[in-house]
Formats: sequence, C-alpha cells, structure tokens
Amino acid sequence: MPDTSTVAPAARKPLREGRRQAGPPGEPRRVAYLYVAPALIVFALFMAAPLVYAVWLSFFEWDGLSASTWVGLGNYVDVLTDSELRAPFLHAGVLVVFFSFIPVALGMLIAGLMTRARLRGLGFFRTVLFLPQVVALTVVAVAWRKIYEPDGSLNDALRAIGLDSFARGWLGDENFALASIGVVGIWVGTGLCTVLFLAGLSKVPRELYESARLDGAGFFREFRAVSMPAVRGEMAVALTLTLVAALRTFDLVYVMTSGGPGYASTVPAYEVYDRAMQKGEVGTGVTIALVLMVLILLATMLINRLSETAGDA
Amino acid sequence: MSGTRRQIGRVIATGGVVLALATAAACAPGDDGGSGTETKKEDVNTDISGVGDVTLTVWDQEVRGEQSKVMDQLNTAFEQKYPNVKIERVSKSFADLRKTLRLAITNDEPPDVVQANNGRSDMGQFVKAGLLQSLDGYAEAYGWADRFPDSVRALASYTDDGSTFGEGNLYGVPQLGEMVGLWYNKAKLAKLKVDPPKTTEEFEKVLQAAKDAGEVPIQYGDLDAWPGIHMFGFVQNQFVPRDDIRTLGFGREGGSWESDENVETAQTLADWADKGYFSDDFNGLGSDPAWQNFAKGKGVFLVQGTWMLAEDLVPALGDDLGFMLPPVGPSGEQTVTGGTGLPYAVTDASDNADVAAAYIDFITNEDAMKMMADAGQLPVVDSDQANVSGVRAEVFDAWNQVNSDDALVPYLDYATPDFYDTLTGNVQKLTAGDESPDDFLAALEEDYSGFVSENSGG
Repeated sequence: MPDTSTVAPAARKPLREGRRQAGPPGEPRRVAYLYVAPALIVFALFMAAPLVYAVWLSFFEWDGLSASTWVGLGNYVDVLTDSELRAPFLHAGVLVVFFSFIPVALGMLIAGLMTRARLRGLGFFRTVLFLPQVVALTVVAVAWRKIYEPDGSLNDALRAIGLDSFARGWLGDENFALASIGVVGIWVGTGLCTVLFLAGLSKVPRELYESARLDGAGFFREFRAVSMPAVRGEMAVALTLTLVAALRTFDLVYVMTSGGPGYASTVPAYEVYDRAMQKGEVGTGVTIALVLMVLILLATMLINRLSETAGDA
Repeated sequence: MSGTRRQIGRVIATGGVVLALATAAACAPGDDGGSGTETKKEDVNTDISGVGDVTLTVWDQEVRGEQSKVMDQLNTAFEQKYPNVKIERVSKSFADLRKTLRLAITNDEPPDVVQANNGRSDMGQFVKAGLLQSLDGYAEAYGWADRFPDSVRALASYTDDGSTFGEGNLYGVPQLGEMVGLWYNKAKLAKLKVDPPKTTEEFEKVLQAAKDAGEVPIQYGDLDAWPGIHMFGFVQNQFVPRDDIRTLGFGREGGSWESDENVETAQTLADWADKGYFSDDFNGLGSDPAWQNFAKGKGVFLVQGTWMLAEDLVPALGDDLGFMLPPVGPSGEQTVTGGTGLPYAVTDASDNADVAAAYIDFITNEDAMKMMADAGQLPVVDSDQANVSGVRAEVFDAWNQVNSDDALVPYLDYATPDFYDTLTGNVQKLTAGDESPDDFLAALEEDYSGFVSENSGG
C-alpha cells in the first residue's frame, strides 16, 4: 500500500491523514477495528457474503433445483459473446440518455429558470416536480401503460389536435417502445434533478448573480459561469442516481412491455429475472447481474472522477 | 483519486480473502436429485383414517373468487371425512406461485401437495431434480387411468429423468379443463347476417364482412406477449395436423416448424394482421383492455381461453355471448389448443404421501367436479354430467366433444425451456410485419431443433 502522505498533500485531507497514520498518542491503532466491528459484521453478512455467493454461483450451470455443473468462466464467455444479450445492454445504454442525461439537463434548466425568476409558490412547484419520485414505479408503469394505449390519452390528444398520423400503439411499435419507456424515465427523473439543483443553487450568494449581471452576463453566460460550478456536487449526485436507475431498470419494462414487441425493449435486469427465475438458468442470470454491477460501478466511478477532476481544475 | 484507487485495492483484497474462505467451505450449489420416489400399488394405503394426526400443507393457485370458494369447501369436507387430517392451505396467484414454488420445493420441509405448472421449466425440472413423487401406484389404486383420459394425463406425465414430456410416469392430477376457442358476439353475427363459421374459408369471409362493416373483426391485444401464443395456435389448429402439433408442442423429436402447413399458418396470421382483421395497434394493446373491449360490445370475435368464462365475459355480454371451437381448416381435423388447470402433485420430501394422494383423489372426484361446474368452472372430466345452460353449455359441450374426438393439442410454449420467449417475441414481429413468415419459422425451428438434439443426446 502506498503511503497516502506522499501522494495527497496533507493539507487537503487532514482528517483522513490523522486516522490512517499513527493516531493520537498512546492509543493503539487496532482498537479502531473493534469500533467498526458491528458495522463490519453486518456488512459482511448481508452485503459481502451474498455477493461472494453470487460470484460463486456464476461459475456454475444450475437450474436452481437439481445438481449443478462447474463451467468455470463459461457463463462469462457466454454473456459477453451472446448476441442476444448485446441488445439488452445496448437498450440500457439508450435508457441512460432518457433516464439520466435528459433529466439532468432539463433539471438544470428548470432550476436555473426557477432561481432566476424568483417564482412565487416555489415550494408548490418543487413538490409537484418531485411527486413522480415518491410514486412506486410499478404504479407509474401501470399509469403510463394506459396513457400509451392505442385508445389512451396520448393518442386521443394527438388526434384532437389533428396529428392522427402520429397516433400509434406506442408500446407495441418496435421503433418507439424503448423510447416510450425512456420518456417515463424523463418524467420520473427530472423532478429529482430539479430539486437537487435548486438546493445547490440556493447556496449561491445573490451577490454573485448580481455582479455577473452587472458585468453584462446574459442568462446562458450567467448559467455557465455561476450556476454550473455551484452545483457540481449535486450534478455528480444526480448523474449517479439517475444512471444507476437507468442501468438497472426493471419494473417499467416488466410491467409495460415485458421486453417486447419482439425483443425491442429488453434490458439486462429483465434478462436476469427471466433467466434466473423463469427459465431456470441461474448461473447465466447471476452472471448478467454481476456484469451489470461492474458496469454500474465503473460508470459511477467515472462520474466521481470527472466531478473531482472538474473540482480540482 | 489515489484514495479511490486505494479503496478499490482494499475491496479487491478483502473480496479475495472472503472468496477464498467461501471456496474452501462451500460446495457446488444444488443436490444430486436423482429420481423421485416411485410408490408401487402394493405400498399404497388408501384408507388414511388410521394414520394418526396429520397436517397436510397444500399450495394452490386458485385465488380467484369462485374456485377459491370451492377449494375451501372441499378442504372442509375432507377434514370432516378424516378428522385426523388438518389442511393448511396456502394460496398464491399463478405468477407468484411459480416463483416461490421453486424455492419452497427445494426446502427441507416443502409443502405436501403443490399445484405445479405442467411445462418443462416447472414440472419438468422438478421431476428431473427428483422433487416430485411419481403417482403411478396411486393412479392404479384410485383408478385415475380410467377416470382421466390419456390427453389429460399426458399433460402431467414425464419420464423420470424429466427429458420426455407427455409420457412416462404420472406426476399430478388436475381439477379443471381449459382450451383456447373462439368467443363471438351473437348479435354482431346476426347483424352481419352470417352463421357462426365452421371452416377457415367461412371464417375469413366473416372477418372480411366484419371489416367492411366497420367492425373490429377480432379483438386482439398482444402487448402482454402471451396472447400471441394463443393466436398463433388458433391459426395453426386449422392448418397443421394434430399429431404434428403434439410433436412440436411436447418438444419431441421428429417434427419441423418449417413444414408446408406451418408456412401456411404463419402466412395466414401475417395476412390477417395485414388485412386489419385485428384491433388497431394490437401490439400496443394489453390483453385486458382487449377482452374488456369485446365485453363492451366492440369486436365480433375474441380468441381466448375458457378461463374467461366464469367471471369475465358472461356477466358483460349475457345471451349475446357465444363460444365455439376453432374452424376446421385445410388439415381437415377439428383441433383445439388447450390443456388442464395446473395439476396437483405430491412433493418427494412429503412424509404424508398417502394422505396427499387421498386428498388429490378427493378434490378431483365426481362430487368435486360437480361443485366446480356449479360454480361456473369447467371441470376437466365429468363435464357431461353438469347441469348448465346458455354459453356455459356451449363451452361444456365443446369440451366433451374435444375429449371424445381426442382433439386437444398442448400449448406450444411447453416445447422447450426457452420457447415462451421465442414464440411470443417472434409472433409480435411477424404480425407487425417486421419479420417474414420464413424468418419467423426459422427462429422457432432453431430453438426447437437445438433443444431436441441436446435433450436426446444428453
């Protein structure tokens, strides 16, 4: 292990430094483990052990019932080379745009506008925007399924304004099913992002905006120079939360399309369920879950790194 | 950043240690199941009044109103007949039962009697893992072979390695029968001035006439994907000989999805979709809204199971509702897709197999069938005894005819463990015009032939 002090300047992380190094005089270092032991045991039992067991399972071909066969890395090879599984992962990538990037962008814009305009009844709008977050996703899915029906309210609205040619069975159309699920993601995610950014922006002293305006900054300039840097932390949180939600989407797909039409809206989490619970391919299902977990881990690390780098800059 | 890297290093190190420990301690998941118990007739005890106090745990999926009440009544009657037996009933919906049963049945103390889904991914795997008891001895003792026709017993029979479906040992006995037929709106047919169509040719004429009259010819919603199995099966019933469908449906060697008859089937289904014989945007319409539309008087036909009978369609449409078997097509045979309700099976670990079998016999005897018929359910046997009228009589008569003609073919998704996904996904593509009939059948054939060669080889 490298000595932290040689890498990170002591001035930046004094607290960590203290804990890692000798500690206060006279106190043996190892006793610290006693303090963390309860938490560590809980962590080991309920987080680490199941994870390790999952990794263990991924080396087997197992139907969940009868004897299993050791296949080594076979499941991983299958998952990474199976063309049927490439589609679900690609779909998850598409959903990231809908669940994460668009809500973050929209949330930023709405928050910026709301802060600038000094709205009356801000609390009310905040509540309304946040509402989708507190509704269970299965309920959301059922509601939107009705909206997207061939005779649902979306198509009714389109027909009412003369856009009959746009009306369709949204979830039954190969080209629109995934995007239709994505739109629900925007609806759910935007509120969360907006509220996060509003909180971030409220920390910015009014004077900063005033001086920016005095310097002749317009909305976008002000946005870029004052608002954006102020919410960098919130941005990382929003991106992480929404990205994780996007990559592990299950409920919306399960209720709205069950992966259809054809295989147009399959996602990895749905495949995990389908293989492990429905088809009795526990090994493959667990392997997909682990690959998905690694992907999510990588994505969140990347976000953290980017936001830290931006912070250092 | 270095902090992050260091943390990761630690996580990996810790993980490695834990993994090493786990590897040392753990063994491969799952047991060597071997084959389940096979009780001989000589070992069977049919008089269970003397076995002492027994609590029998029963897992069923009859959560819906009428049938659930029937089950409660039957359980009470059984307890009255055998005061030494107490029934503990656990009732879950079909989907919940499927998921939880997989876990419960591998438990050290599983339920005694379970309603197991017939297909390969459920009952087949349970049999393979040795988790269910062969009921052959009991079947002989209780005379189930005489009571239940071959087609019914085949749907709960597997060879004891679980590889062949439809023959071998009997693993369960069902209560209810079901088939996917053609519901129709009598008032609409009268308005179109046509009789219920008996042949495919007549049927297509009615469909066109309905279309021309501005009606929805067939209410069909395939957003939930499973209705596609029934719609494809309904067309296939008319074109493909029964025995070919059985070979394919049971996933046995020797069939082909790319036969001329299957090509005609796929082409016809695609044509119907293309000609607008189904509801608009059917792939975006749920199955519930579809049948609800039909119940509200929108649509001339509905291809659906007889499970719709008791509580869904009759109250809405009353005397306007009619039921018939699929039209007879070029195959020249009356064929219908269907099967049984989930069979009641006995778990291998149950210590009370004699009691369990007596219970199964009791809930499927003549009195029980009559109770179910009175409650509006279609009993798997004895439906000819039932005193019913109206559309119920049409359904019951059709079922009797099917059984006496041996016209029943299995659900196609039984074919292979993956076939549900393969068939539903590709039917959606075929009907949407995204896939040609040839590509559609090639996809089915690939799944089927891959499974068949693996299944027979290993």
